[in-house]
Amino acid sequence: MRSFTYERASDIAGAAKAASQPGASFIAGGTNLLDLMKVDVERPTHLVDVSRLPLRDVVETSDGGLSIGALVSNADLAADSRVRQRYPVLAQALLNGASAQLRNQATTAGNLLQRTRCPYFYDVAMPCNKRQPGSGCSALGGYNRMHAILGASEACIAVHPSDMAVAMTALHAEVEIHTPSDVTRRVPIAELHRLPGQTPEHDTTLAPGELLTAVILPPPPPGRQIYRKVRDRASFAFALVSLAAILEVGGGKVKNARLTMGGVAHKPWTPKDAERELVGAAAQADSFDAAGQAAVKDATGQPHNEFKIALAQRLVARTLGDLAAGG
Amino acid sequence: MPQPIVGSGMHEPPHSITRRVLGITALVTAAFGRQLHAQPQQQAAAPEPRPAPPDQVEVHLTVNHQAHTLSLDPRTTLLDALRDHLGLPGTKKGCDHGQCGACTVLVNGVRLNSCLSLAAMRDGDSIVTVEGLAPDGKLHPVQQAFVKHDGFQCGYCTPGQICSTVGMLDELKRGLPSAVTADLAAMPAASAAEIRERMSGNICRCAAYPNIVAAILDAQQGSAG
Repeated sequence: MRSFTYERASDIAGAAKAASQPGASFIAGGTNLLDLMKVDVERPTHLVDVSRLPLRDVVETSDGGLSIGALVSNADLAADSRVRQRYPVLAQALLNGASAQLRNQATTAGNLLQRTRCPYFYDVAMPCNKRQPGSGCSALGGYNRMHAILGASEACIAVHPSDMAVAMTALHAEVEIHTPSDVTRRVPIAELHRLPGQTPEHDTTLAPGELLTAVILPPPPPGRQIYRKVRDRASFAFALVSLAAILEVGGGKVKNARLTMGGVAHKPWTPKDAERELVGAAAQADSFDAAGQAAVKDATGQPHNEFKIALAQRLVARTLGDLAAGG
Repeated sequence: MPQPIVGSGMHEPPHSITRRVLGITALVTAAFGRQLHAQPQQQAAAPEPRPAPPDQVEVHLTVNHQAHTLSLDPRTTLLDALRDHLGLPGTKKGCDHGQCGACTVLVNGVRLNSCLSLAAMRDGDSIVTVEGLAPDGKLHPVQQAFVKHDGFQCGYCTPGQICSTVGMLDELKRGLPSAVTADLAAMPAASAAEIRERMSGNICRCAAYPNIVAAILDAQQGSAG
């Protein structure tokens, strides 16, 4: 690991200013950043430790939602009784990510800002446009079983690895950001991450020094919620395809549907056409099959991950059917 | 940069020295490669000058109920602080990337991967390692259960398995859910399925899993009764 200087931030404004300097980086849980520093992918010269800032609470908002402090651990958030009762899709997503040890340490903001696990991004001996812009994409033409089928570019086919972010996107969460110039702004979570385009080195729309301080959940939408994850191992593995789904059925028809997929794109992927076509449709198998087809209509496979297209399609159809049958 | 080797080299098996030397060689090669890349016109690039060692940070840790003050390179992980600076080699370095769980310790009562935690960020925290579970030579009930059920083969992952189990049983007692908990609102049961899921962050290359699960079930029943 390269050498760096270390400071512990005592307040949010100071942290944002310190981290806006060239070479500086925030560190909170550190489970992804330290991993990447050990393999020389991340090379910060200065670490701003934000782990002791007062951002560890989950509080009710005035409209019946929740405000989740950026430093709430993944384990604590999954265990929060309000999350378990009102946002089960989020609790399930969290519990399906990483291991218990990592969830105890990893934070809410860090989970959102974790980087792709594309093996070529991790391997400094190989070209990677995300790590070294302009060097090329080794996954194109390489081993690409885990890679994107939606929203990718010729520059990058990496996927975002978070489960939590997929559920938060389906819940229409917003993120609260503190800027180095001491302004606080809110952004829909769907606008936090970006597609790779020609600049895959940028995972998010954040500027240097901008600190995530909270994730705000609106009141839970009507309907049943579920998070489904398909992966190569039963536990402690990244998603091949995952799905956060929320379905409200009344009078035999779909009244409300939310679908967000993980493991398929550079960000949590919401198939808006599938959601739109579901509303008002009969709550039955052919509608759910059509939703599955609509969810992947723009998908493009790579030699090793073509299977993900059918997998995602069937995951959507099956999950919607299960949600409708259960309530 | 190599970590400063302080104190407890005698606890290390000889092959770890070889690992360090290899690591240094790899880093020098990497530095050389970067120099070539940055200045392609140069015939034979000199290795990058070694940067000055970073300022040390003072870290206060309570380890196994004993207070310590250490002066550390900021890069020192909690794992390396325990093994190389405090002479506690019970905690094992497996993958050093948070994937195997061999380095699991309890920090303020909560299990985590000490390889992915900077010691400087644990300033003021209380750490319990496998050595701290049997302070007066009397085995912890979880250790006894692992012995009774033969919950290991080579034993390298065992300190991590045991510390993880102690943390996991406390999580169960506090009613924390897991991915296999059917009813998120209910108290989770201490079933084999729950234990397998909750222990998935601890890999055993000898695959002693059936005996590990049996040991944990036994320890859990003992602690519950």
